[in-house]
Amino acid sequence: MIAETGLALLWLAAALSLLQLILGWAALRPGGEALLRIVRPVAVAQGLLVAFAFLALIWLFLQTDLSVKLVASNSHSAKPWLYKFAGAWGNHEGSMLLWVTVLAVAGAAVALFERRLRQDTLIATLAAQAAIGLGFYAFLIFASNPFERLPMVPIEGNGLNPLLQDPGLAFHPPTLYFGYVGISIAFSFAVGALITRDVGPAFARAMRPWILAAWIFLTIGITAGSYWAYYELGWGGWWFWDPVENASLMPWLAATALLHSVTVLATRAGLRAWTIMLAVVAFSMSMIGTFLVRSGILTSVHAFAVDPKRGTFILALLTLYIGGALLLFGLRVRHVKEGSTFEPVSREASLVINNLLLSVILALVFVGTLYPLVTQAFGFEISVGPPYFNLVTGPLALVLVLVMALGPILKWRRDRLHAVANRFAVPAVASALTLVALLVFAPHIGILPLFGLAIAPSVALASLAPLWGRNLRRTPLFTWGMVIAHFGIAVSLAGMAADSAFTQEKLVAARPGQVIEVSNFSVRFNGVEPVVGPNWTAVRAELQATRNGGSPFLLHPEARLFSSPVQDTSEAAIQTFWNGQLYAAIGQPDTAGRWQFRLWWKPFVTLIWFGGILIAFGGLLSLIGRLRREHRGKPVSETEAETAGNPEAKAATA
Amino acid sequence: MKRVRLVLWVPLIAFLVCLAVFAAGLGAPQDKTTKSALIDQPLPQFTLQPAMAGRPGLSTADFRRGQPMVVNIFASWCIPCRAEAPQLEQLARRGVPLVGIAIRDRPQDLAQFLATYGDPFRAIGADVDRRVQLDIGSAGVPETFVIDGRGVVRHQHIGVITDSDVPAIVAAWEAAR
Repeated sequence: MIAETGLALLWLAAALSLLQLILGWAALRPGGEALLRIVRPVAVAQGLLVAFAFLALIWLFLQTDLSVKLVASNSHSAKPWLYKFAGAWGNHEGSMLLWVTVLAVAGAAVALFERRLRQDTLIATLAAQAAIGLGFYAFLIFASNPFERLPMVPIEGNGLNPLLQDPGLAFHPPTLYFGYVGISIAFSFAVGALITRDVGPAFARAMRPWILAAWIFLTIGITAGSYWAYYELGWGGWWFWDPVENASLMPWLAATALLHSVTVLATRAGLRAWTIMLAVVAFSMSMIGTFLVRSGILTSVHAFAVDPKRGTFILALLTLYIGGALLLFGLRVRHVKEGSTFEPVSREASLVINNLLLSVILALVFVGTLYPLVTQAFGFEISVGPPYFNLVTGPLALVLVLVMALGPILKWRRDRLHAVANRFAVPAVASALTLVALLVFAPHIGILPLFGLAIAPSVALASLAPLWGRNLRRTPLFTWGMVIAHFGIAVSLAGMAADSAFTQEKLVAARPGQVIEVSNFSVRFNGVEPVVGPNWTAVRAELQATRNGGSPFLLHPEARLFSSPVQDTSEAAIQTFWNGQLYAAIGQPDTAGRWQFRLWWKPFVTLIWFGGILIAFGGLLSLIGRLRREHRGKPVSETEAETAGNPEAKAATA
Repeated sequence: MKRVRLVLWVPLIAFLVCLAVFAAGLGAPQDKTTKSALIDQPLPQFTLQPAMAGRPGLSTADFRRGQPMVVNIFASWCIPCRAEAPQLEQLARRGVPLVGIAIRDRPQDLAQFLATYGDPFRAIGADVDRRVQLDIGSAGVPETFVIDGRGVVRHQHIGVITDSDVPAIVAAWEAAR
């Protein structure tokens, strides 16, 4: 019954999204004003229906209802309940249902809470969101039905991919999807504004919190995914340039650019067409990412069961939505008025450079991800690996981070070069000193990590600069948010650079009793023992480590063998210190009774994720700050708010 | 003004190009394994010592005697290799001449393995340092190659040979005759 109810709810939601589209279209026709008030409730109802359908699927998984095909092929009665729960989205159909749920719930949230957008633009936005929903409902119902029953009920299910059986991963996909699919709001806002020709500062102010919210989730999702890959895959790396990682990075890059260009639009009424373009691109990247993963045309550790028919279906949806939005863009955007101008040395200019750099990085990642497809189309196979991505994006990212450090200390509209140089003097000196120190004490590190480490202190200092000389208690929350997010970038950069510059790796085959030295640790291999988990057995090694002869601690890396489905996974053992992590993974035994171990000392590697959390937290503060200000209804112009406490700048804008 | 208008269509055009690439990708066969670069190329020169006392070893010359052969790359320490033993027996029963290359193995382990799981091989070469395996273009164990009578690699099978893979290997061997 539950499965049938779920499917019925899905059909109903699809019908409502069609209704939402038609009503929205009719309401915007001359004489359709009477319909304007119905669209919002329809959008809310649609969101509720899908949410209930999703709950139905979770219920089926918790019950392990094996008569449902999806449960039988992805769950197992002997699985801990958390993974039964998370198993609902640990497969193609379930995660597509989550996808659609987030899409509809985001639309419902706009219908419920958006009060600043012009009425007609809001209705057009909701219609656009419904149009996207409609296609994906069709995909779900006709090509990926999660509620399909089996003619015969199997005795036991197949189980969940063991790599996914990890508490962190249970919540990684929902978080990521809230950002990844939530950014659809920006897409629909852009389409709505193009339809009603309403691209201006008020529109930008309305759109900004939605972008910010999606961006926060995306940031958390990517950070969590990176940490998961780090400790679960047992390779000791934190970013692999895997197509799916890129699929989440690309919308993030576009959303980050959008977040900054929308500020220029809100504050200075500039970058109108560009902002609209980015809003379209951000969600287009999400859709293309979904296509790349689900069609199986690129190989990836994340790929679900591959079905070319599904690929064709999503490709058709891509053509319709992205093609449609870009067509509308080409036709309409020329009617959008250009905004106010600015000087080459100004906050706007730095934001434009930031946007260009982000876009170029996005394009390079995009090309790198698709390169295997292109070469395949021309008949030769080549894989583009981390060396390509690091080489092309690394230097640009460093420049980008420098521009980011400069941006907030520049004034809107016009600034003087020597004044900027003065303000940047302290950070520049800090970086120069770091660079010299590194060249003297660590001359052998690579050029990218070298500059990364050298730039990090100046970026950290410069990102704090907007707080300089201000009454900290009266500093608006969104300024705090920006400062913390930018500081987080500096922290993350320091972690990445320190990890690639100073990591020490040992790969050894050791007999019990043998001592392995890595960095200033000595690690004694005590032996292995078998252990049994709820649905796996494992070989667990005991390693006794001491640092500089200090007090010993134990590490227990495991090689697990899951029974359903049969698969090996590696559980790394990680000991965290204030200045880094000792990372141990166990490999295969050889015939001589020795076991393979990989040991790493990774200095300051934790800063990478700590920075990621800071970035997301900064975004959250900024979001709260924006919402609070609007809630109080302060008629403060953006320009005043941004430059408060800076009399010189105030004079410049007056 | 004219130029500005053209610029506005660049995103759409770029997207259409991507679409074409995607469509081409979807149309292509969904085969994701990395094939040996040696397919339809002659085997590299090698001479392997016998992996067990009293049995013949393996060299390139053995593959140039006019008879197509199937070479199985395996090891006694390789657990999946146990799973394909019945299928290798099946191939041998169908008259396919099988030879083996044992990777990083020791004679006593190998003897034990063959005694337990069956020994369909006419000859087994010992590839102690994996050099021959890598030269042939094999990345892991088990892998199976069909070599024609002139020593040219005709077919590669990566991973365990399951029941359903047997006909394809037999067909490749027939075709190599």
